[in-house]
Amino acid sequence: MKPTAMIPVSKLPFKSPVTTITGLVLLGLLALVPLASEVFDDPFLLTLFTRIVIMALAAVSLNFILGYGGMVSFGHAAYIGIGGYAIGILAHHGIREAWIQWPVALIMSALAALIIGLLSLRTRGIFFIMITLALAQLVYYLGNGAYAYGGDDGLTILERTDFGGIIDVNDRITLYYLCWTLLALALYLCYRVINSRFGMVLQGAKSNDRRMATLGYPVFRYRLTAFVIAGAVCGLAGVLTATQADFVSPAMMHWTRSGDLIVMVVLGGMGSLFGPLFGAVSYLMLEEILSGWTEYWKIVFGPILLLVVIFARGGIDGALARGAAGYLIAGAAALFLIYGVHSAYEDAWLVPVLILVAACIPVALLWRRRRRSLHGGGDHA
Amino acid sequence: MKASKLLRMAGAAALAVAPFVTASLLAGPAEAQAKKIKIGFVTTLSGPNAAYGKDMKNSFELALDHMGRKMNGIPVEVFYEDDEQKPEVGKQKTEKLLQRDRVDFVTGYIWSNVLLASYKPVVDSKTFLISANAGPSQLAGPQCNPYFFAASWQNDQNPMGVGELLNQKNVKNLYIVAPNYAAGQDMANGVKSTFKGKVVGQDMTKWPDQLDFSAEISKIRAAKPDAVYVFYPSRWGVQFLTQYSQAGLKKEIPLYSVFTIDAVTLKLQKDLALDTYFGLFWAPDLPYAANTRFVSDYKKKYKDTPTFYGAQSYDAANLIASAVAATKGNLKDKDGLRKALEAAKFDSVRGPMKFGPNHFPIHAIYQQEVYKVSDNEYDIRTINKIVDNLQDPHAKDCKMH
Amino acid sequence: MILLLVEQFLNGLQTGLLLFLLAAGLTLVFGIMDLVNLAHGSLYMMGAYFAAVFTQWTGNFFLGALLALPAGALLGIVTEVIALRTLYTRDHLDQVLATFGLILFFNELARLVFGVGGMAIELPAWLEGQVEVLPGLPYPTFRFLIIVVGLACAFFLYYLVQRTRLGMLIRAGASNREMVGALGIDIKLLFTLVFGLGSGLAALAGLMSGPITTVQIGMGDNILILALVVIVIGGIGSIRGAFIAAVMIGIIDTMGRAFLPDILGSFLSPADAGTLAQALSSMLIYILMAGVLVLRPAGLFPAPGR
Repeated sequence: MKPTAMIPVSKLPFKSPVTTITGLVLLGLLALVPLASEVFDDPFLLTLFTRIVIMALAAVSLNFILGYGGMVSFGHAAYIGIGGYAIGILAHHGIREAWIQWPVALIMSALAALIIGLLSLRTRGIFFIMITLALAQLVYYLGNGAYAYGGDDGLTILERTDFGGIIDVNDRITLYYLCWTLLALALYLCYRVINSRFGMVLQGAKSNDRRMATLGYPVFRYRLTAFVIAGAVCGLAGVLTATQADFVSPAMMHWTRSGDLIVMVVLGGMGSLFGPLFGAVSYLMLEEILSGWTEYWKIVFGPILLLVVIFARGGIDGALARGAAGYLIAGAAALFLIYGVHSAYEDAWLVPVLILVAACIPVALLWRRRRRSLHGGGDHA
Repeated sequence: MKASKLLRMAGAAALAVAPFVTASLLAGPAEAQAKKIKIGFVTTLSGPNAAYGKDMKNSFELALDHMGRKMNGIPVEVFYEDDEQKPEVGKQKTEKLLQRDRVDFVTGYIWSNVLLASYKPVVDSKTFLISANAGPSQLAGPQCNPYFFAASWQNDQNPMGVGELLNQKNVKNLYIVAPNYAAGQDMANGVKSTFKGKVVGQDMTKWPDQLDFSAEISKIRAAKPDAVYVFYPSRWGVQFLTQYSQAGLKKEIPLYSVFTIDAVTLKLQKDLALDTYFGLFWAPDLPYAANTRFVSDYKKKYKDTPTFYGAQSYDAANLIASAVAATKGNLKDKDGLRKALEAAKFDSVRGPMKFGPNHFPIHAIYQQEVYKVSDNEYDIRTINKIVDNLQDPHAKDCKMH
Repeated sequence: MILLLVEQFLNGLQTGLLLFLLAAGLTLVFGIMDLVNLAHGSLYMMGAYFAAVFTQWTGNFFLGALLALPAGALLGIVTEVIALRTLYTRDHLDQVLATFGLILFFNELARLVFGVGGMAIELPAWLEGQVEVLPGLPYPTFRFLIIVVGLACAFFLYYLVQRTRLGMLIRAGASNREMVGALGIDIKLLFTLVFGLGSGLAALAGLMSGPITTVQIGMGDNILILALVVIVIGGIGSIRGAFIAAVMIGIIDTMGRAFLPDILGSFLSPADAGTLAQALSSMLIYILMAGVLVLRPAGLFPAPGR
C-alpha cells in the first residue's frame, strides 16, 4: 500500500512569505469582525464568524496530526462532541463553574484521544482512516443512546458557563474574542511545536517512519502524544461550540462533521500553519453564500470540491505559494458577481445555469488531460 | 520581478479581505423599508423530504395571495430557510432570521427535534414563534412560553383520537411501532393515554436512518396483536406500508396510523393505503368555507393536492394576519399581539378551534380513509368525527409567565 | 420462538446479502485500482432510479432490471473515464474528498432529474406475496429473492475471480498492480472493465433494495459507510472477506434490533430501551470492526502481497 501522504516533505511552517502575510492579515481582520458587525448593524455577522473561528480552531487541531503527522483521522468530530457534552451534561446537573467545566471537558477529550490513539495508531493508510471512523461512531452512538441526556434529540443548555465574573460569555462580543484568542493561541502553539525537536520527529515520521524508528525515535509514542494534544484542542472547540449554540446533540459528531473538518484542512492546505484557517473561512463562507442562493447549492459545491482536489494541489495555501492569488481572487470575484446578479432576480433562472456550470466540468477535465498528454505528462500543474 | 512580487502580496491581502467584503455585502439592505411585516419560515427544502417543505411554502404563499400579500394594509415579506432536516442547521438558520433579517414572526418547522433546538433563541429575543407542524410535548408542558404558539396540534392529540378509535373498534391487543425521536415518543404516548386495551409490544426504531423494518414486522407477526398502530411520516410511511404488505400482514392485522398517509406519500402508497385506519384533525374534504377555498385554489394554482402540512401553514399565515389586524399593525405591542393570537379570531381550515392555556389548539379529530378516485388517482376523505374539543394532556403542566 | 428466531435470521441474512452486493463492487474497485470510491453509493442510488424509471416504462420489473443493470454499469464507466481516472495516482485522502464531491453532485442531479418525491418500484403480483419457507413461517417472496440473488452473485463472483482469466488478472492486480501492467496487460481497459462490473453490482444492489425501501435521494449515503466497514473487516480486495463480513454485520444488526429492546425493556421504559437498544446494536458493528482491526490490522482476509 502506498503511503497516505504525497506532499513533499520540505514543508516548513512558513514556506512562503505570501501565505504568512495572508494568514496574519486574515487573523487581524477576524479580530475586527465585531466592529464590522456594529458598523453594518448586522448581528448575524458576529454569530457566523464565531462559528467560523471555532471551526477553524478544530481544523487547526486536525491539521496538526493530519498535515504534519500524516494521521488521517476520520473521527475528529468525536472530540467536539465529547467537549460539548461535558459542558452540556455538567450544566444539566447545575454545575456551571468554569473551573470545573473546562478542565473536565479537556481531560475527557484528551482521554478519549489517548484510547482512540492507542487502538488505532498501529494501523496504516485506509485502515487508520476506517478505525478512527469506527471509534468515533462508537462515541456518536454513545451520545445517541444517552436517553437521560436527550438521546438523538440533543440537550439544551439553559445557562452558560460561569467564569466567576471575570469573563461574561453571555456577551456576544466577549465570547467572540474568547474564541479568537484561543484560535490565535492554538496557532502559536502549533508554530512552536512544529519547529521544536518533537515537531521535527513528527514530520520525519510522516515521510518515513521506518527511518525515524531506525534512528532510535519511539515513533509510536511521539504520534500518540500529538494525537492526544490534538484531541484536547479539538475538545476545546467543542466546549466553545456548546457555549455558543446553547445546545449539544449527537449530530455534532456525525461522521459527516469529521468529513467537513478534513475538507477544510485539505481545502486550506495540509501541513501549512495558516492552511486550516483559510480552509475553515472559505469552506463556511462558501456554504453560507451558496446555500443563500438556492437549495440546489450542493450541485455547485460538489464539483468545486472535485476541482480543488484535481487542480489545486496543496489547497489555497499551495495556490498562494505558487503565486496563484490572482486566480483565487478571480474565482472569488466571479462567485460574488454571480451572487450579486442573482440577488436581483428570482431563483428560477439559476437552475439551467447550474446545469451548464456542472456540464463544463467534465469538459474542463477532458481538456486538461488532453493538454497534459500533449505536453508529455507531468502531474504538477 | 519586484513589481510582480508586490502584486502578488497585494493580491494575497485582497484575498484575505474578500470574505469580509462578501459578508458585508451579503448583509445587504438591512432595513431599507421599515414599514413591512417580516416573517421567517424554516422548513425542509432539500433532501428526500423537500416535498413537504414545498407544500408548506406553497400553502403559505397561497394564504398571502388570498390576503393580497398584505396584513392590515402592510406589505408582507417572507424569508424561507432550509433546515436540511438537521437540528443544528435549523438553529443556525433561525438565528440568521432573527439577527440579520430581523423578522417579526418565525414560523414553519416540520420536525420536533429541529423545533426544540431552534426554540430558545426565538423566544429569548421576544419574537413570536408559531409552529406550523411540530408540537412536541416539552413545549406544551413545562417549557411552554408566552412567545410560542402552535397553529398545528400537540403531538399527543391526533394519536389520542386514534386511541379512542381503537376503543370504538373494540381492539384489545395493540402493537406500537414508531421512530425514536421527540415526536415518535409523543405519538406512542398519546395513543397509550386513551387506548383502554393492552399494549402487547412496542418498538422504537432508529430515526431517521432506519428504512428496513423487517425485524420489527417479524416481531409483530409473532406477537399476533388485534391491531398495529404506527407513526411513520413521509417516506418512512411509504416504506413501512410496502414492507407490511409484502410480509402479508396487511390482510391479517388491521393497521392504524397517524401522519403516515398524506397526499404526497399517497402517490407512492396507492393501494397499500386502502383499508387502513387513521385519524387526523383535518382532511381536504372538511366542509368549511375556508377549507374549500384553500383546497380548490391550491389545486388550481399548483395542480396538486395539499397535505395537512400545507393546511397548517395556511392557518399559521391567517393566525398571524389576525393578530396584526387586531393590533392595527403595531408590532411593538407584544402583549396586544399575544392576546390577539390567543383569541385565534380567524377562519381555520379545520373548522372551529381555540387555544388552550399552553397556546396549543383544542379541536376535533376525524376518522379518515383513502379511496380510489380513478385508476391511478387516490384521495383522502372524512368518515366521521371521533372526538370533539380535544385538548392535549400536557396543558396542566404549563405555567405560563 | 424458534420460528421467530429463524425468521429474524433470514432477515439478517437478507440485510447482509444486500450489503454484500454493494460491498462486492466497492472492494473490487478498491482492491484492484486502490481507489476509495465514495460515489459507489451514488451509483447504487442511480441504479435504483434507473430501475424505477425503466420499470415504469416497460411495465415489468424484470425488463426494467435488465435495462437498469447495463445503464448503471455504463454510468459508472462514464464517471470513471471523465472524473475518476485522474485520481488513481492520488492518495486516499484526495480520492475521498473528490468522490465526496461527486456524492453531493449526484444527489442534487437526481433531485433535478427525478424530482423530490422519490419513486416506488412496482413488483409483479407474485413477488408481492409470501413463500412458506418452513411450515408456519411465511416469508416475503421478494426478500427471499434477494437472498437467492445475493447467493447467486457470491457464487458467480467466486467463479469469476478464481476460475477465469479476468479473475486471475483481478487477483494479480489486487496484489501488485505495477507488475500486471509490466506483463503487458492493457491496464486501462482492465480498470474500466472492473469499474463497470463494480458499478453494475452497485446498480443491482440498488434495484434489489428499491422495492423494499423505495427509491429516494441520498439512499446510498448511509449504507455506504456500512459497506466500507464490511470491506475493511473482510480485507480489501477480498470477495470472500466481504461476503463473510456482510453477512455477519447483517445478522448482528438485525438480531440486535430484534431482541435487545425486549431484554432491555424488562427494566427500562420502551422509549429508553429503544434508544439504548439501537445505540447498542449500532455500536456492536463498530466494536466488531475495531476489534478485527486491532487484532488483524489489514482485515480478515488481506490480499497477499499487500
